[in-house]
Amino acid sequence: MASVPISWYLLLSAALFCIGAVGALTRRNLITIFLSIELMLNSVNLSIVAYARLAGAAGNLPAALDGKVLVLFVLAVAAAEAAVGLALFIAIYRNRREIDVNRLNLMRW
Amino acid sequence: MEIAVFATFALLALASALMVVSHRNPVYSTMSLVVTLLSLAALFVLLGAPLLAVLQVLVYTGAILVLFLFVIMLLNVGREAPSGGTAKGQKIGAIVTAGAFGALVASLLWGRFVGFEVAPLTAEYVELQPLARALMSKYLLPFEMVGLLLLAAVIAATVLARRDQGSGGNRVG
Repeated sequence: MASVPISWYLLLSAALFCIGAVGALTRRNLITIFLSIELMLNSVNLSIVAYARLAGAAGNLPAALDGKVLVLFVLAVAAAEAAVGLALFIAIYRNRREIDVNRLNLMRW
Repeated sequence: MEIAVFATFALLALASALMVVSHRNPVYSTMSLVVTLLSLAALFVLLGAPLLAVLQVLVYTGAILVLFLFVIMLLNVGREAPSGGTAKGQKIGAIVTAGAFGALVASLLWGRFVGFEVAPLTAEYVELQPLARALMSKYLLPFEMVGLLLLAAVIAATVLARRDQGSGGNRVG
């Protein structure tokens, strides 16, 4: 059974990251921007897991373990970030009745 | 076989990721992101990290995206209006990102990163015990700190989303 080359995973990860970056840069709905950022976080997770697999295949099991633990921490931080971010959106919406970033220009320089 | 599974889930992930950033209705974007994250979980299994796949499904699709859906419905966010005068900014953003993607692919091609054929998975790599042991010994301090971070985030979210009693809502900034 031929296994998939790791570089394919890295390419997929790069593509997903760039799709997420386009979304974060061009959308105006705060929710969609936040979803794009989650997408970017996940694409990075994919590349970490892919590199961990590479290290494991090279016989470096401690390094592979480090990669897996790092993904766990990224998951936890993403959960915390989502909770605080969404609470901020609710606070903004309560004040402004909208979450369109083009009109949230109070702190614009 | 493995390549077929990879191709299926990679294409699914790419297509649904495009849906996430292109759909005007945030509910559809969120549901597309669910598909993306589930395909990524499948790829984690393929890479020999079943625990991470399970956590991806539980934490991301089970908790974070449900939270997103709740907030979307709470805020009653409608469809995004068609963009007015921001086409130039969007074009610049798209060009910059395409350039970044080109640079990433070029670094993959020019570096030593082409191919990377790996040996099939070993039971030693997949088993969970070393991961649990590392989390409770080598990474004990970061582990506890992440717990603290989650607690702080929960408290912060509660404070931020709370309605002020008596003063009739948060003051307008």
